[in-house]
Amino acid sequence: MAGLITMDDLTNEQILDILGDAERLLPVARGEIYLPLLQGRILGNLFFEPSTRTRMSFETAMKRLGGDVINLGDVKTSSVVKGETLYDTIQMVDGYTDIIAMRHPRQGAAQYAQDAARVPILNGGDGAGHHPTQTMLDLFTIKQAHGHLDGLRVVLAGDLRYGRTVHSLSHALVRFGCDLIFASPDLLKMPEEIVSDLRSHGANVTETEDLYGSMAEADVVYMTRIQKERFADEDEYARCAGAYKLHARHLSEVKQDMIVMHPLPRVDEIDPSVDKTRHARYFEQAFNGVVARMALLCRLLGVPIPAKIEGGAL
Amino acid sequence: MSNEHSMRRVTAIRNGTVIDHIPSGQAMRVLEMLGIGASTAVPVSLVMNVPSKKMGSKDIIKVEDRELNQSELDRLALVAPDAHVAIIRAYSVAEKLTINLGQEVVNVVRCTFSNCITTNLREPQSHRLKVVQRDPLQLRCHYCGRPQNLSELANNVL
Repeated sequence: MAGLITMDDLTNEQILDILGDAERLLPVARGEIYLPLLQGRILGNLFFEPSTRTRMSFETAMKRLGGDVINLGDVKTSSVVKGETLYDTIQMVDGYTDIIAMRHPRQGAAQYAQDAARVPILNGGDGAGHHPTQTMLDLFTIKQAHGHLDGLRVVLAGDLRYGRTVHSLSHALVRFGCDLIFASPDLLKMPEEIVSDLRSHGANVTETEDLYGSMAEADVVYMTRIQKERFADEDEYARCAGAYKLHARHLSEVKQDMIVMHPLPRVDEIDPSVDKTRHARYFEQAFNGVVARMALLCRLLGVPIPAKIEGGAL
Repeated sequence: MSNEHSMRRVTAIRNGTVIDHIPSGQAMRVLEMLGIGASTAVPVSLVMNVPSKKMGSKDIIKVEDRELNQSELDRLALVAPDAHVAIIRAYSVAEKLTINLGQEVVNVVRCTFSNCITTNLREPQSHRLKVVQRDPLQLRCHYCGRPQNLSELANNVL
């Protein structure tokens, strides 16, 4: 496997394998066991766009496994501001590192970088395109809660038009036979080409504007932020942002084991009252970013993870 | 009405290129893709919607004193992949050119999606569009994966 650009780079079997690896790495991610599988390896973190969780969890994942990290730093002070092409930046970092994690505002940037690089590229988000490492941690969180991925009923809500997270996740869930309900304001509907693509793969997709009415039979409710930076018009943003606000009182009729997820950061779409309910999983989900990325780093660097991980406490 | 009759709607050319079997109504897009317009100095004849045994109806273009090159043929493939191209010298067909629409269109046009990484023209790697379907034509960018807006391709010729 060269890199991870879209979820199409992984078979279902590989996905489940990597999720299994991630499960075994949990004590390492928590710092309970020191397992320097990636000692001597260097990760290049190239974030051309702001990122907190993705960048930090990649860094944590690498360091928990004994590896090192170099950062591009602030784009405003790097060579990018001098007009360096992505191709040239990649040529340089390719020589400094063993693997690259990258986020870029332009769609297709990760594939472009992979074509220019010798080392594997992990796509940490390219424009409104793909975000497969987020999808892997999302799948991990769902599997952790329900024990499997097959045939679940998943509601994806909020900004489905611009949210790359839900684009990648939808494609992956359909591969495991999940039913999808897209709940969004009309302006932020899932792009038509994605819906028709999912349906052509046999997916059962329902589109609605009614989030609360669609939650009763759901196994997962995946909320997303209405992203201000995607709007040209402030008023239009304000109109959409208020449309989906999940509160604990909305959860009285849902299934006992239903989980609420969110890629974070949240703004107003999940009220803090939800945090204390049995359904809230978004902070575990954020933590799971570390194990999922640990498993992916090892996989792409060709480093096998022991079948049993024990001992060696710090 | 015979094909021969259709061809005689405009005079035979002495030297140049005849593009025949263009899908009916596509001649203007062919000219656009080839960059043939008001500023072109050579004579250009165009017939549209003439009967064709093979296609029902078709368009034909004759460009005088200009022989299409490979890069122009590659562009033509995106509008009229089954067109017949003949180079005319001294009123006779000197050469028949083959249009080849392969699995991928490389460095012919750039992606029509405004936020694709390849919109930065200083980026040196090839512009690559994958042929997803031939008839009707569907293209996707190799990098961003977006389906291409065919009506905008003529503006994105490299």
